[in-house]
Amino acid sequence: MFNLFLLQALNGVQFGILLFLVAAGLTLIFGVMDLINLAHGVLYMVGAYFVAAFTAATGDFFVGLAIALPAALAFGILLEVLIFRHLYDRDHLDQVLATFGLILILNEAVKIIWGAAPMSVPVPDALSGSIPLIGFLRYPVFRVAIIAAGLFTAVGLWLLVNHTRIGMLLRAGASNAPMVSALGVDIRRLFMVIFGLGAMLAAFAGAMIAPILSVEPGMGDQILILTFVVIVIGGVGSVRGAFVAAILVGLVDTLGRTFGPILLGQIMDASAASQTGRTIAPMLIYILMAAVLFFRPTGLFPARGAAA
Amino acid sequence: MSASEAAGRPVDQVQTPAKRGRLFGPGRRLAAIVIFAALALLPLVANLIGDPFLVVTATRIMVFALAALSLDLLIGFGAMVSFGHAAFLGIGAYAVAILASHGVEDILVQTVVAVAAASLFAFVTGAISLKTKGVYFIMITLAFGQMAYFFMVSLSAYGGDDGITLDRRSTLLGSRLLSDDIALFYALLAVLVLAYLGLTRLIGSRFGRVIRGTRENPARMQAIGFEPFRFQLTAYVIAGAIAAVAGVFLANQAEFVSPAYMSWQRSGELIVMVVVGGMGTLIGPVAGAIAFLLLEDWLAAFSEHWKLGLGVLLILLVLFGRGGLAGLARRLTGGGRA
Repeated sequence: MFNLFLLQALNGVQFGILLFLVAAGLTLIFGVMDLINLAHGVLYMVGAYFVAAFTAATGDFFVGLAIALPAALAFGILLEVLIFRHLYDRDHLDQVLATFGLILILNEAVKIIWGAAPMSVPVPDALSGSIPLIGFLRYPVFRVAIIAAGLFTAVGLWLLVNHTRIGMLLRAGASNAPMVSALGVDIRRLFMVIFGLGAMLAAFAGAMIAPILSVEPGMGDQILILTFVVIVIGGVGSVRGAFVAAILVGLVDTLGRTFGPILLGQIMDASAASQTGRTIAPMLIYILMAAVLFFRPTGLFPARGAAA
Repeated sequence: MSASEAAGRPVDQVQTPAKRGRLFGPGRRLAAIVIFAALALLPLVANLIGDPFLVVTATRIMVFALAALSLDLLIGFGAMVSFGHAAFLGIGAYAVAILASHGVEDILVQTVVAVAAASLFAFVTGAISLKTKGVYFIMITLAFGQMAYFFMVSLSAYGGDDGITLDRRSTLLGSRLLSDDIALFYALLAVLVLAYLGLTRLIGSRFGRVIRGTRENPARMQAIGFEPFRFQLTAYVIAGAIAAVAGVFLANQAEFVSPAYMSWQRSGELIVMVVVGGMGTLIGPVAGAIAFLLLEDWLAAFSEHWKLGLGVLLILLVLFGRGGLAGLARRLTGGGRA
């Protein structure tokens, strides 16, 4: 039982890290530009497709990743210039519509380019196999690598946000963007940098998960909504909030699916417990979100109007 | 957040046509009469040109017209951009399927249960969602919609992901009247017209004025003694209940119910119908639903990748078009105060 718990907790953390990578960029885009971007999930999908295509072309996952990341950055900036730039001062409804349209376009575009069938990316040799945890318990190296890469990125982001000039502007922007602009900062360039960074982080998440998940059209839609839950819990515009909330959501979701039926089994018969557990478990994170909102309507770490 | 709003950062400055000019001018009433009359004559036309499938298509379109109409109450008049409206459509459809599987086949009973269930869901999720505004409200309604979706996906007793096929359509007071496509068509048309007239009255009433006033400026509404939250929540429940009725008809039209009815793309499409038609006009969303579904059919006939074209049109609409079909009609007829 403890072994199962440990394994599932690690899986939960790994899932949470992935959510954080997508949520970090999105929360900044929400917080600084006041832009609701439904298309952030498709950037995650694009990252997965890029790494799949470049890995297939070069035969090496790491080379593929090294090409995919700048490609995703460039793609993000291209989208910013073409579409998002024109949406910053529109109302939220316009933003919802345009980014919804962008989802339709990109989901269809990957189908046209790479086909509707799922693609798979082989786990690189250097990161295959598993490492021992305790006793007979082993854990796949690749999942450990995802956790490590995510934590590394989180530390990097923390340094960037809290200890660099651009991070200072970013925090100021999340707090009061018009004021930052009035003080003579080129806010358009700041927005472009943030958008590109967010796109690259989301693509990085997609690239890292590609070897253990099938790469398919629409894969970004599911993670998008989970990311919204993370951002709402963490507080719009707060990277720290996104990190805490992402790990929380990852753990609650993963552990709930495994242990919900087991815990319910204590109070009802096995088949009813597994049925009820399977029905309730996917709803847990939404209940968590509702509970957080009920007590703190602006999330755990609200950024706007206060220092992130 | 409210501090920054007061400091001149409005969260949702929705540009509705209703803001300008009179609310229900003769043009809009004429559009409603033309659309509903055309629909009423449609079965005759279908009969003349020998295409009975036209009635089936039109029934499906009216289902979404009814759902879009109810969403307009929220988006157009309340400035509440709800991204989870398809959940109510699904609740209505599942009320039919679940009751039918337990032997309750009367559409009146099914509708009452659907409305009750949707109202309860709207009351609970609305009470939580309306504590927030702006992007939070959009994301939370989306999340609650997804919650309902996943609940139905994992409810394997009623088909789970695969959905359930209905054995037959609902009965009306014991008769099998609705098994006839044309009877179902007229029953739905009657409901649609009633909903349109009812909502028109509602918007013009004191309640509607408070809702519209809250859209313009919640702080002032509060200052003159109204509590916006209660009015918004009531509107949220009403809109959810109407969408559930649309769901009852959707289940009967398709004779099949699946979680796909509640997917978030569906909610997005409903928003598109409202905006394309012209929000805050009530008849606009009906026209929007007709236009959207016809466009979908038309694009689908061209290519399997029709969604690409739809996406491009959407972005162009947002970047260059304003006011939706209603705005276009106004500009064309020269009655525009645009």
